[in-house]
Formats: sequence, C-alpha cells, structure tokens
Amino acid sequence: MSPAIRLNGIVKTYIRGRQKMEVLHGLSLEIGQGEFVSIMGPSGSGKTSLLNLIAGLDSPTSGEIVVAGERIGKLSSARRSAWRARNIGFVFQFYNLLPVLTASRNVEVPLLLTRLTAAQRRERVAAALQLVGLADRSEHKPGELSGGQQQRVAIARALVADPAIFVCDEPTGDLDRESAEGILQLLQMLNRDQGKTIIMVTHDPLAANHATRQIYLDKGLLVVTAARAA
Amino acid sequence: MKYLILVWAGLWRKKTRTVLTMLSVVVAFLLFGLLQGINQGMNHVFQSLNVDRLYVQSRISMSDGLPISYLERIKSVPGVRAVTHWSYFGGFYQDAQNSLPVFAIDASTQFAVYPKIKIPDDQITEMQRTRTGAVVSAGIAAQYGWKIGDRIPLQTSIWTKKDGSDTYAVDVVGIMDVSAYNAGSFPAFYINYDYLDQARAFGNGSVLYYIVSIEDPRRGPEMAAAIDSLFANSGDETTTQTEQVFAQSQIKQVGDINLIANSIVGAALFTLLFLTGNTMMQSVRERIPELAVLKTLGFSDRKVVTLILLEAVFVCVVAGATGLGLARMALGSMGSLFGALSPSALVLAAGLGIAVLLAVLSGLPPAWRSTRINIVDALAVR
Repeated sequence: MSPAIRLNGIVKTYIRGRQKMEVLHGLSLEIGQGEFVSIMGPSGSGKTSLLNLIAGLDSPTSGEIVVAGERIGKLSSARRSAWRARNIGFVFQFYNLLPVLTASRNVEVPLLLTRLTAAQRRERVAAALQLVGLADRSEHKPGELSGGQQQRVAIARALVADPAIFVCDEPTGDLDRESAEGILQLLQMLNRDQGKTIIMVTHDPLAANHATRQIYLDKGLLVVTAARAA
Repeated sequence: MKYLILVWAGLWRKKTRTVLTMLSVVVAFLLFGLLQGINQGMNHVFQSLNVDRLYVQSRISMSDGLPISYLERIKSVPGVRAVTHWSYFGGFYQDAQNSLPVFAIDASTQFAVYPKIKIPDDQITEMQRTRTGAVVSAGIAAQYGWKIGDRIPLQTSIWTKKDGSDTYAVDVVGIMDVSAYNAGSFPAFYINYDYLDQARAFGNGSVLYYIVSIEDPRRGPEMAAAIDSLFANSGDETTTQTEQVFAQSQIKQVGDINLIANSIVGAALFTLLFLTGNTMMQSVRERIPELAVLKTLGFSDRKVVTLILLEAVFVCVVAGATGLGLARMALGSMGSLFGALSPSALVLAAGLGIAVLLAVLSGLPPAWRSTRINIVDALAVR
C-alpha cells in the first residue's frame, strides 16, 4: 500500500528580514495510511513547520512532499486550498473556532465548500457532534463551552468533511489532564475505527503515547522514529 | 447563499460598530434621496410650466425693468396671442414682516394670458373699472380675513408716492384661485398698474417684465428671437425666454440647486467611503486569525475576498436602501408643501448603484489585505 504521506529531502528555510533560517534540513519520512504518528521534540526543532508542510499550509524550500497521492509542493494557492478542504482535517491547540457561530455552525464551515444541500449538511453536522459527544451543545457558542468541549467541536469540524488525514498541533496543550485524555481517546477512536491517518505534534509524552508511532525531531533533523508496542 | 452565515457572523462580531456604520450610511443616503428628490421635484415643476408663454425682461438685469411703450410693439409680432405685464410692488400689510406677493398688473390682459386663474368675469370687469381695485387669492384673503369691499392700506418698501407717502389704499374687488399655477411662487395679489404708475414718484412708464402668450409653442425660441430683435441696439435691450427657462434662471439667482445638491451628496459619499473603508479595514484586521482559519480549512483567497465584499455590500446596500426609503417617506409627507417631490425610480436605482460602488470601493482594500494573510504566521500569532 502506498504511504499516505511521503517527504523526500525536505528543506525549509524562513527568511526574516536579512536573516535566513533553515529549520528543516533535508528531512525524509513516510507515514502509512491509518497510522497515528506523534511528533515530539524541543521548541524550535521544526515540529510545527513539518506539520504545516504536510498539511499544505506552507511550501518547502526544496524537496518533494506527496500527501494523499498529490505532490502538494507544486500546487497553486487556490488548488492547494481545495486540496486541503478535501483531504485534511485540522485540530489546533487553541481550537480556533469562530466565536460568533454556534457549535453546529462552526462544524458546518468545512461543508460550505462542498456541494451538499443544507439538509445534508445539517445531517452530517449532527452526526459529527454526536460522535464527539456534544449533540446536546450544538447551539452553544464557543464562549459557552469548556476548553475540552471546544476542542471536541474542533474535532467534529475536522472530521465532518470526512478527510483521510488529520493534522493536530498540540491538541491537548491547552487542556487539563482529564479533558486531554478524552480528546486523545477520541483521536484514537478516529484512527482505530475510521482508519484516519493522524499526525499529532505534542510536547507531552503521555499524549504521544496514544500514537502508534512516535517521531522525534531535533534541530530540523529526524533523530528517532519508534513504533509503540501494541 | 450558504456563505451568508459567515457574512452574518463577520458583520455582527462588533454589533455597535456595525450599527453605527450603517447609521452613517443611512444618513448619507437619506440626504442623497432628499436632495435628489427635491431636484427631481423642481425639474418636474419646470417641465410642467407652460412653453406657450414667453417672458421678456431687461437684458441687463430683471430689476432694471422695461418701458411700457414696448407693449404695443411686442403685440405686433406675428404669432403673439396676448401680452400682459407685471411690476413688482414690494408690498406689506401693517408690518414689514407681513409681506405680500403684490404685483401691479394689466387686468384687461392678465387673465387672458393666465386662463387657469379662477375668478368670476364680473370681478375681472370690476377690477378693470376700479383704479384702486385689488384681486387677492383666496388663501391670502382667508389669512387676513379680507372680503370683497374691504379697503386695505397696502404699504410698499419700494414705490414711494409723489406725495411722500408709502401707503396705497386698495379696494378688494375680487377673490381668485391661482392654485393651477404652482401656488407658493405665483403672484397672488394684484393691483392695477395704472394706479401704481400714476402715483409713484419714480420709475414711471416702466414694467418689470412682459409675459407673452404665443399661438404655437413650437415657435417659442424663434419668437423669442424675433421679440429681442425688435429692441436690439436700443437703450433697453431685452432677453426673452420661455416660462420654463425663465423659472430656472430665477431659481439660479438663489444658486444652482443641482450643483449644490450634487456637491453636498458628493462630499457626504466621499466621507462615507473613508468611514466604511476604515471600518471594514479595522474589522478585517481584527479577524486575521479567523480568516487564516477559514483559509486553513480550504477557503481560497477568492472566497475570502467574496465574503469580505459581501459584508461591505450588506452594510452599504441595506443601509443605503433604508436611507433611500426614509427619503421617499419624508418627501412623500412634504409633498403637500412643495408639490411633486419624490425620488424617481431612476434616482433610487442610482442610489443603490452608488451603494454597491461604495461597498466595492470600501471593501476592496481590506479584501486585498486578506489575500496577503500568511496562514502560518497568522495562526502562530494566535
């Protein structure tokens, strides 16, 4: 089976004013379909840069990235947007929900980019909220929900368009241990029961333990990659 | 339509700001509707004026007047049906504040040139027969409680009499209805020209202007030229215009209403452009992380630009339409005072077009700004 994600010789350099800063130095990596991979490493090691490249939010300076069968480094901005909408579900550390919309409206946002009818969208939103255990909070706005609940809404938003790949940037970083555990179990369930490929950046070893494979980055280089014992 | 929830969410993120911006737009378009409506109303009045009447006045200035001897010569121009003349009296009753629209006229021709003035024939005859006779409109008669047979000491601020007095005693011999001739601006108090001319200490033998009724309205410009040519190179050259042009030139003595209206509206809309543009820019600046999230989820630059422009269109068009609607209502309620004042469908359509243009112009800079958002940087800020 072809890998879900393949990175080959990825170099990423940021230019800030006159300064050039290379954060990824020729990184190569493959992630199989249905894997749950955690990416760990110290601050500034290039974790989030790697995640952004996989998610098609950024382009590599050199090297090749193939995600869900597409060489995303070559896509135009508009085509990359459409590609992200089809293939990637995003979960952020600070949820990034739209504050003036209710939970159900927030979850519906990715579906606005599809050809689904309003009734079909409502159905999909209800199912997603049901899955994350927030069916009874659908009309609440983010400000009326706890951090854990907001992250569940964010996960519902990520999964509602049924993408194959989830990218999660510190999804438990802003949560207490109990809420974090709930979110991690939810991600595990999505990986296990729905076969979603999940790439999760985290600082938390306990969170990383929920993944099926752990990757360690340091100074822009892949230093260790280890499969978790079943 | 499905993006409406995002437009709506963007709009009401800061309710107070959106409401205040919309109120500004409402006021600007209310002003636009009112001024354009008044403009339209005036144009309507001008168009309703007769083109088979010509006004002959001094070429130098209307206040200079013309000799009464011109009357017969004007009458002699082929195609002239009747000629009458008016002289402004500058009258008031008891107190200078009670000014009256008094004109000295020729009763034998006045009602032939203005056949829609409603007055019994016997009263016209009485006016011709009584040197001190006066005919007043029903409105003025009611205002001062005058009736036929009353003697009124009419005072003037212009025509001092040969005996040094400023008072002309006149006898009310008729009550007329001049509403067919745009009541409000049409003279509504007549005295006999002969009475004024014989009594006044100066300006004798002159009239303010002549009004010429012609047989064929299509020959108006040609006849105006013929009349003016009669007096070319004389000491009192004339300018002859149709009633329409004459009324417009009268209004222009106050100012070019059209220019004034357009200048005010232009200034208001120009200011509005900056106001709404600034509001939209501020709104987008505050939402950069949210817009970055939308882009992350797959919204293209084009879709985000469309969302921002739709917000601007909503603010400008809904508020603009409200302002125009209020203007229509306001003008409707003033109609009884000024006549046919109402913004036409063309003005309303132009107003909405301006609202859309305003929306696009004020929405474009923030929309362009949204395309410059770097998702990675914007999300890192949050």
